[in-house]
Amino acid sequence: MNDLSASSRITYGAVPVQAAVVRRIRGLSDKVLAWLFITPTIVLLLAINIFPLVWTIYLSFTNYRANRANAPVKWLGIDWYQTILTDPDIWAAMQVTAHFVFWTVVIETVIGFGLAFLIDKKFRGHGMWTTIILLPMMLSPAVVGNFWTFLYQPQIGLFNYVVGFLTGRSASSFQMLGDVTLSPWAIVIVDAWMWTPYVMLICLAGLRSIPDYIYEAAEVDRASKWRQFWSITLPMALPFIMLAVLFRGIENFKMFDMVNLLTGGGPGSTTEVASITLKRAAFESWRTGYSSAFAIILFVTVFGLANIYVKALNRVKSR
Amino acid sequence: MSIANTAHSVVEPSPNTRRLAGSLVVLYAVITMIPLVWIVLTSVKSPDDAISYPPKVFFTPSLEGFCNLFTTRSRQTPEFIRTLGPPQGTCDEIARSRNMVVAGPSNYVPRFVNSLIIAFGSTVLAVALGTLSAYGFSRFRVPLKDDLLFFILSTRMMPPIAVAIPIYLMYRTIGLSDTRLGMILLYTSVNVSLAVWLLKGFIDEIPREYEEAAMIDGYTRFQAFVKVVLPQATTGIAATAIFCLIFAWNEYAFAVLLTSGNAQTAPPFIPIIIGEGGQDWPAVAAGTTLFLVPIVLFTVLLRKHLLRGITFGAVRK
Repeated sequence: MNDLSASSRITYGAVPVQAAVVRRIRGLSDKVLAWLFITPTIVLLLAINIFPLVWTIYLSFTNYRANRANAPVKWLGIDWYQTILTDPDIWAAMQVTAHFVFWTVVIETVIGFGLAFLIDKKFRGHGMWTTIILLPMMLSPAVVGNFWTFLYQPQIGLFNYVVGFLTGRSASSFQMLGDVTLSPWAIVIVDAWMWTPYVMLICLAGLRSIPDYIYEAAEVDRASKWRQFWSITLPMALPFIMLAVLFRGIENFKMFDMVNLLTGGGPGSTTEVASITLKRAAFESWRTGYSSAFAIILFVTVFGLANIYVKALNRVKSR
Repeated sequence: MSIANTAHSVVEPSPNTRRLAGSLVVLYAVITMIPLVWIVLTSVKSPDDAISYPPKVFFTPSLEGFCNLFTTRSRQTPEFIRTLGPPQGTCDEIARSRNMVVAGPSNYVPRFVNSLIIAFGSTVLAVALGTLSAYGFSRFRVPLKDDLLFFILSTRMMPPIAVAIPIYLMYRTIGLSDTRLGMILLYTSVNVSLAVWLLKGFIDEIPREYEEAAMIDGYTRFQAFVKVVLPQATTGIAATAIFCLIFAWNEYAFAVLLTSGNAQTAPPFIPIIIGEGGQDWPAVAAGTTLFLVPIVLFTVLLRKHLLRGITFGAVRK
């Protein structure tokens, strides 16, 4: 303690002293500065993220309707939650969402990893081609999704024409957006087109992080290329692949913009993912309490699944 | 790509492997480009060429799509049109060939301007707040640091529609609904979590010794932050800004639910460009093309920084 009080009297710059002590003498203290630096962000998040979230929780226990703001609000307790969890429409929407997430993630991961593996071979011009492949994911899903409805037109759409040309069917014989079996695949195709490059980029980082000497050692041991792939490449890139799956999973669980513009949830409700159900309940039938309860259920689901997944990911990483 | 090229030794792929890999990647790239090329082609087609069967790859370019994007037109009788003077420019000429006259400008330009203002406004704010917080989290002992950081990240797990309900009610109450300021604040709050995580990664890599040395030389902590840390973090700040910009530029869900006219951005507007009997595809394509140009340029310019932004800073290389 003594040397502390001694050093706090020193003239500045005379002797190199502990920076911590110097800080206490001049300017704003670190405590005040930390507080000043972090508070604005937290305040903004509290105002525009947390306050609405708390409000949503409150609304989910009431019969409030946003289009009748002046009607008396009745407290309903957990009625909405019971209604939702026993509502077959909600389960149908969750099933559509689960199918959508599953197929997009599988397709994007397989093609994305394959592309990364090929690009990692560093052929001539791979930088330029990689940039071209990345373009779709930088674009607005809404704006581009809207244009895909044009590509999917039965008679005049390019997609139908090309598929018809390749399979020998007529271009107007199938409706990608109007057919109950095809429409889920229509949104999967657009999502895969947009987001496969994203998975590819993360996988590429994983492949580039594998040090060469491991492969060299394998070569010395006469391990076949096939064996090297299964024993070195795949296990070492796995944490990256899992990371890509996590990000895509969360994003597609929340999917709204692209599906809203491609099919709007139709035909019927074959492509009605959870966010579309939410929008219909909240902004079309104005069942604010009901939609708030569903929003909370969705949030808890994503949060819970993501947490379990991250634990698994950390286990893989620490192997 | 910025990912370090390590010299392969015995594990060099053979020239044949490379050629095969290259041709497969090029094939994928070509297929992936077709929709984008089609958007650009459709923007300079006449409406008839745009919906022809089979789809046309070779056609006479027409400005009608761009004309319809920028103007509103009204239908007139041929007799009336004959009484008018010579056409007012190219668009009027095209309109008159379809028995219409240009009535005035469309809403595309104001919507585009809204997109610019809201995207840049929210980016500047998010990066400013994010830089301060990231420095705070990186250098100071903050109580519950990890919890706060995870809380900041978890704000992104909420479906936008779910947050939109109370925000809609809140904005209606305080008069921010359908205002640019309201959208700027909203996009800032969505982006700030990405900004904090990314910038914390960048600032963590700047050695503390630089600041300590500066402070021993007589700088205050704040001066050291401004004069030492900020210049070192420029690359990180630029990369973060571009990601915030891309999000705000492309965002649709909040925009379509919370804006209706005054503050509406381009993404909700472009899909509702209606011609006669449904969507006016050349005009939609023209609007889409103009909207995509800035982002395509960005992507080409900053492909070196893409990886970190995409993975929330989880991938460091």
